Amino acid sequence: MQSEPTTPPKPASTQSSFAPGHRADVPSLAGAGSGHATTSMQTAITVRGFSSWYGEFQALKGLDLDIPARHVTAFIGPSGCGKSTFLRWINRMNDTISSARAEGKLDLHGEDLLNRTLDVVDLRRRVGMVFQKPNPFPKSIYDNVAFGPRLHKTYSRAELDELVEQSLRQASIWNEVKDRLHASALSLSGGQQQRLCIARAIAVGPEVLLMDEPCSALDPKSTLAIEELIESLADRYTIVIVTHNMQQAARVSDQTAFFFEGRLIESGNTEMIFTKPRNKQTEDYVTGRFG
Amino acid sequence: MAKSRSIASRVFKDRAFLWACLVATNVAIVVLAVLLISIFWQGWDTLSWKFITSFASRKPSEAGILAPLMGSVWVCTICGLVALPLGVGTAIYLEEFAKRSWFTKIVQTNIMNLAGVPSIVYGILGLTAFARMFGAFGTNVDDAYTIGNEESFFFLRIPFGSSVLAGGLTLMLVILPVVIISTQEALRAVPSSLRSGALALGATPWQTVWGITLPAAIPGIMTGAILSMSRAIGESAPLLVLGGLLLVFNTPTNLMSDFAILPLQIYNWAGRPQDEFHAIAASAIIIQLCVLLFFNGIAVFIRQKLQKPLQ
Repeated sequence: MQSEPTTPPKPASTQSSFAPGHRADVPSLAGAGSGHATTSMQTAITVRGFSSWYGEFQALKGLDLDIPARHVTAFIGPSGCGKSTFLRWINRMNDTISSARAEGKLDLHGEDLLNRTLDVVDLRRRVGMVFQKPNPFPKSIYDNVAFGPRLHKTYSRAELDELVEQSLRQASIWNEVKDRLHASALSLSGGQQQRLCIARAIAVGPEVLLMDEPCSALDPKSTLAIEELIESLADRYTIVIVTHNMQQAARVSDQTAFFFEGRLIESGNTEMIFTKPRNKQTEDYVTGRFG
Repeated sequence: MAKSRSIASRVFKDRAFLWACLVATNVAIVVLAVLLISIFWQGWDTLSWKFITSFASRKPSEAGILAPLMGSVWVCTICGLVALPLGVGTAIYLEEFAKRSWFTKIVQTNIMNLAGVPSIVYGILGLTAFARMFGAFGTNVDDAYTIGNEESFFFLRIPFGSSVLAGGLTLMLVILPVVIISTQEALRAVPSSLRSGALALGATPWQTVWGITLPAAIPGIMTGAILSMSRAIGESAPLLVLGGLLLVFNTPTNLMSDFAILPLQIYNWAGRPQDEFHAIAASAIIIQLCVLLFFNGIAVFIRQKLQKPLQ
């Protein structure tokens, strides 16, 4: 994981199996939805002609994208390009903003996520989220992890202990906190707090993990720990990560989608995007010429 | 080119400001100290167990404050038990659930205005709404409805008349806006990232409030509760409108009992010409301060108890 910025990333195993999302050589992707090649990767989230608005402002314009199950997909693009907005539609966190609305198709395993009758509480149990700034609850480490499971089911003490340990182990933080599970979560370092937040998200048993710039508030060492963690989680969870850090996208993701001004400019195999982008804007962005 | 400010003048201003702040702080402390010393000087000698456990009397040496003491405790307990759930509930609704609409704007503006209404106005409201119930249910002498009789602990009559219940509810009106506003401030101070964190785990809005937002806001809410209870204990004007200067010779036994309160008893004694009465008025002030500390102690205790997981 300590590759130089320019080193093409990623395990070879995924390279052949991923089919690029678009033959995107024009910024507008309207009508490009049919261009998908068949793929051996199972698709978790299907997006077709997806647009969204905040009041009159159109934040996303006609996205088409397939997010593969149990792989890491990175969203890159300059600030304000709509990638976080899109992320927040996948678990319907945008419901908390009254002016937000969306159109188009957004499916998780065939289930329409934009359906008004969809139970967002159940959706958010299945689609976990990790935020930009670590946001542990002002409770003990144990109670932070146990908070989510307790919302949905009643557990016996032993079951809960087991679940908390498993979640903390999966988030690679168990060894650091096992002796002080009942200390305040706020006593942890920033990087530890973020891994605790990942453990907290895992504890409710999600299929999808959304990460909104999870490392942007962390130092390089903690960032490395989180990136290793993301890699270790990728065989069990569908991970979508928004990042401003190009090298991070290159290091951790199998697939990359480049957003610009509310449009999905190009998406495809991460190595392709970083070495042979089809679109001029993508090339300029990944090589650092703008953004 | 900008003229540079001289270091000496900035240091001087810095010192001067510090001194001004120190003086301001000390003025408050000195006034409080003078007040406390003079009260204890006057009232310490007449303060005794007998003073606390006796009823009023024409003779200062035999007079006690049992009735107003218990009256104050009853009235303030009722006031707190009603005002806190109502006020905190209102604040939670306005901050966490209500959509911004013309309705919530009107409610919000009204709460702000009510916080500034003189307490005697609440006295008149309490007299009309609780004590007499707009005359819709007969008069105090000729009650429309009763449950139990004057000896039973659950005795209730409608209208409430000048009872501890009417008094407690009237004080509740006085402090409710303050409780609501301070709770709203406390809820607003909880970072929204905590709410998002809980919602993203699949918490319902109610689970988010109960599990995350409210516990994080408890210290602020309790501080508001302390301030408003202190105000309730010291209020005399609204209860003066409600019950007048009552000479009461028993302690409250149910919600419909007559009551006296400490501030009015103090006012009564302090207004008499004899020095002996001034002395027992000072003793009563000491007791009143103790009651105040007692109620604040409860709030501080709750705050500490609920804050434990945070430390």
